[in-house]
Amino acid sequence: MPVAKVNGVEIEFEPGMTVLQVAEKAGQEIPRFCYHERLSIAGNCRMCLVEVKPGPPKPQASCALPAADGQEIFTNTPMVEKARKGVMEFLLINHPLDCPICDQGGECDLQDQSMYFGRDASRYAENKRAVEEKHMGPTIKTFMTRCIQCTRCVRFITEVAGVPDIGMISRGESAEITTYLEKSVDSELSGNVNDLCPVGALTHRPWQFHYRPWELKKTETIDVMDALGSNIRADSRGAEVMRVLPRVHEGINEEWLSDRSRYVVDGLTKRRLDRPWVREGGKLRPATWDEALGVVAGKLKATKPEKIGAIAGDLQDAESMKATLDLFRALGSANTDCRQDGAAIGGGEREGWLFNSGLAGIENADAILMVGVNPRVEAPLLNARIRKGWLAGRTEVMVIGEQAELTYGYQYLGAGTKTVGKLPKAAMDVLTRAERPAIIVGSAALTGETGPAVLGALGKLAAKVGVVADGWNGFNVLHNAAARVGGLDMGFVPGQGGLSAVEMVQKGALDVLFLLGADEIDASKSKAFKIYLGSHGDAGAHGADVILPGAAYTEKSGLYVNTEGRVQMTERVVFPKGEAKEDWAILRALSERVGQTLPYDSLNQLRAKLMADHPTFGRVDYLAPARVFGVDKLGAKGDLGDVVFAPALKDPYLTNPIARASETMAELSAQRSAPQLMAAE
Amino acid sequence: MVGILEDKDRIFTNLYGFHDWTLEGAKKRGAWNATADMLALGRDWVITNVKNSGLRGRGGAGFPTGLKWSFMPKEVKDRPHYLVVNADESEPGTCKDREIMRHDPHLLIEGCLIASFAMQAHACYIYLRGEYVLERERMEAAVKQAYEAKLIGKNNVHGWDFDVYIHHGAGAYICGEETALLESLEGKKGQPRLKPPFPAGAGLYGCPTTVNNVESIAVVGTILRRGAEWFAGFGRPNNTGTKIMSISGHVNRPCNVEEAMSIPLRQLIEDHCGGVRGGWDNLKAIIPGGSSVPLITREMSEAALMDFDSLRDMKSGLGTAAVIVMDQSTDLVRAIARISYFYKHESCGQCTPCREGTGWMWRVLERMAVGDADPSEIDLLLDVAGQVEGHTICALGDAAAWPVQGLIRHFRHEIEDRITSYRNARGAFAGHAIAAE
Repeated sequence: MPVAKVNGVEIEFEPGMTVLQVAEKAGQEIPRFCYHERLSIAGNCRMCLVEVKPGPPKPQASCALPAADGQEIFTNTPMVEKARKGVMEFLLINHPLDCPICDQGGECDLQDQSMYFGRDASRYAENKRAVEEKHMGPTIKTFMTRCIQCTRCVRFITEVAGVPDIGMISRGESAEITTYLEKSVDSELSGNVNDLCPVGALTHRPWQFHYRPWELKKTETIDVMDALGSNIRADSRGAEVMRVLPRVHEGINEEWLSDRSRYVVDGLTKRRLDRPWVREGGKLRPATWDEALGVVAGKLKATKPEKIGAIAGDLQDAESMKATLDLFRALGSANTDCRQDGAAIGGGEREGWLFNSGLAGIENADAILMVGVNPRVEAPLLNARIRKGWLAGRTEVMVIGEQAELTYGYQYLGAGTKTVGKLPKAAMDVLTRAERPAIIVGSAALTGETGPAVLGALGKLAAKVGVVADGWNGFNVLHNAAARVGGLDMGFVPGQGGLSAVEMVQKGALDVLFLLGADEIDASKSKAFKIYLGSHGDAGAHGADVILPGAAYTEKSGLYVNTEGRVQMTERVVFPKGEAKEDWAILRALSERVGQTLPYDSLNQLRAKLMADHPTFGRVDYLAPARVFGVDKLGAKGDLGDVVFAPALKDPYLTNPIARASETMAELSAQRSAPQLMAAE
Repeated sequence: MVGILEDKDRIFTNLYGFHDWTLEGAKKRGAWNATADMLALGRDWVITNVKNSGLRGRGGAGFPTGLKWSFMPKEVKDRPHYLVVNADESEPGTCKDREIMRHDPHLLIEGCLIASFAMQAHACYIYLRGEYVLERERMEAAVKQAYEAKLIGKNNVHGWDFDVYIHHGAGAYICGEETALLESLEGKKGQPRLKPPFPAGAGLYGCPTTVNNVESIAVVGTILRRGAEWFAGFGRPNNTGTKIMSISGHVNRPCNVEEAMSIPLRQLIEDHCGGVRGGWDNLKAIIPGGSSVPLITREMSEAALMDFDSLRDMKSGLGTAAVIVMDQSTDLVRAIARISYFYKHESCGQCTPCREGTGWMWRVLERMAVGDADPSEIDLLLDVAGQVEGHTICALGDAAAWPVQGLIRHFRHEIEDRITSYRNARGAFAGHAIAAE
């Protein structure tokens, strides 16, 4: 390995590293604004200047300079110090002194670095520049006078998000970062530019002036707004989650977060169920826990086991699902299901419902066939990964289903099942030729009557073109529900002779229906006595006869399994609202009243039982290596017919009760459906 | 004799447009003569001769042209090679390339062919300044003539397939910076790229590219025809050849003139321009190489030779040899303030020191021009200029800092006098008003 000297200390480095990276490796922190490891190098802030020998007798931008063998790098010479102080002074002369009212205050790169490199007083006697505010959409609050033109936002939006919406206009002092004609940034990842902005020019619009960063308690947890299980840090003040920021997880979200996961938090304080309710004479009235549980227990005991059933919702943690499953099996009911959409998956080998290539692994696929899936809205961070592979020229993408703008080029094969039944020869050739072909199938393709047949056809195709091979498993199911894989892993599906979710809600199918946070299924036709356990007053609660207030995902510690089969654990950020309890504890209390006491008295005991019954839950943050499985046995033979795949998410910003309670999500949703403004031409 | 260079040794024999600019006329003056024979001698012969001639880039930086050409990859691999001619002549004071393109376009086209052949490029882009409309029309007409005569194009008489494309810029000074020019040519915003990689490695569309000034390319044909020794015979060692010098300002007859390098500056002005307005003693300062180089005083001008080394030793530069003469009537502070405004206006805004520093310098200078400043601000200004110089991506930062540094170096007393008289006129100095805090 080549060796360079950093301030006289020799250090080995990988070929291709930049001077900045080598200096960091040697423990020398280099100040920077424009440089970001995950974006292209701009080299325009000039803060990272260092002295390099051999080289020209002037400081060099270390972020852009490739390190060379035998190079001497100096980060502490007078020349370097003068350069950095000079650049800092230039950055500050037109930067407003409004730190006390700036949302970035306390976590601002400029503020921090000016402590090291700034002067005590300004030498700039002229008038400061002011820049007009821009409208960039519901997620981004601009304060462009603060902008230091580092172009991180421009690079993120064009490179990672793949929408050319933010750019720099004009030149010199007049240069401004803006969107074209006040257009909203049309990206599901737009919130990340607020994180990236090293100053307070772009801040989170939904949270503006809501908090100061040092007031917040920071809790590391997991997101449940899609099935990726993005790693987040939820910051809370008192009983309220104030904001959600991404945490770095290379395998899942890198360091980005989708807007839905980020800005949904205001939904956690609205339309909350904070006390039990019981319906009396057609009207819900507040009740005590004792009353409510008593009513439920009475109904469950009085009804024949085959006439009771439970449906688990999309945001449910594994523990509460396990408790529900154990309770209903103990009651003798086989009617349990976690698939509100009726997707034709579950049972058999675990690989049959996983995103087997892994989220990071999809970047290595050289051909991807997407069936009934729009990753841009269903899992924006997965979409960014596919784009990354496409951008590098590695990946060829083909689509069956919705013909959406995905931020990368693809070959459109067809709209529905007809194309699945008979792939064009060119597409077959691409898949056959590919070394690491992948199939991504979404819930749009797996639901409905043709679901099993589509799954069967894709399984056969996968086996035929080598999607599943030694060391590579490219058969991928993309879920939309954070709870789904956990539910399937523990067998939260109909038992012997049991009804599926879709069957349970039919008229007359059941007498008692237990909705465990299930809001996405229309149970209005069912005349059953309905019990809703959940956090928000949404569809499920509206029709319920008894409401048991539960905890939202930030209010309980729970296990979630993401779409690639990775088990992750959330942490309690704040306590459940009002009289609400953690879901598993409600179920445990209920079980006692129906005379089927569940064999666990604490969350740990419940987890131990879960892991004993289903060992896959025992390894947190573990991704199983690719394994060959019977992919051709998946699904069922059947007539594919000619069904057009409808978009899986009717509105990607209103997918669950929390999102529907969120004002920001409502704004994003309204913007999405609003007609695009065009310039008069 | 007037000047040093004899008429027989002039390369641009139609510099003033007195003759026919078309292919026919150019051929009569020697253009396109024996070009095929020169190419037959091989690319090594071409590059060696250009190296031996001592030709240094005529765009301002003075990098040896032959050496630059030799940086191109020896073999064409997966990516094509390109020649790009920088005709974005925007430096205030400089007006030499326009005369070449107006009156001797075929010398340029011939040079493009030879240079492209030497670097194994089959395509050449000429990036014209946005304001050069007549020049574009001439160049396009001349290129058409050359195509029609099969001098260039596919299957031309020279046996080297070669296409010339004229690209008309949108009028931004920064697009004269070679990498910003390439960005602009690619259809992007004209902002300089980080170097390395240099254009010879990854230039236009990521392919090996050489960017040369119009004059550097246009002289190549004649150099090869008359021999490297002939060209190297003019001027001092390391500063050889002939060069078009553009003299403007307070001289009796401003002009463009092709002269031998290293001609004494005073001789250049007196022989070709009829001397400084009001006599040599009326001279105050000279900017010898276009607005970006530091000015020199009359005493220095006395001894200055018009070449790279002599002017560098005076902490100025030859630049594009655009001599701006300023006599005693000149308000130097205002003049430099105006230059400063130009660089503030043309800064691309990409990197911090230039974006912020140019505006700062201009504003301080504007106040100094009326005297509304503090004497301590002169050192502040010098410090700011030093903070811009050498800290930017491209040389525009340097170009903005140098005139200011030159002014303070040689005419600090003028600024001080200005401040003093301003204060005297306004009575006692009360200090800056400060807002209550």
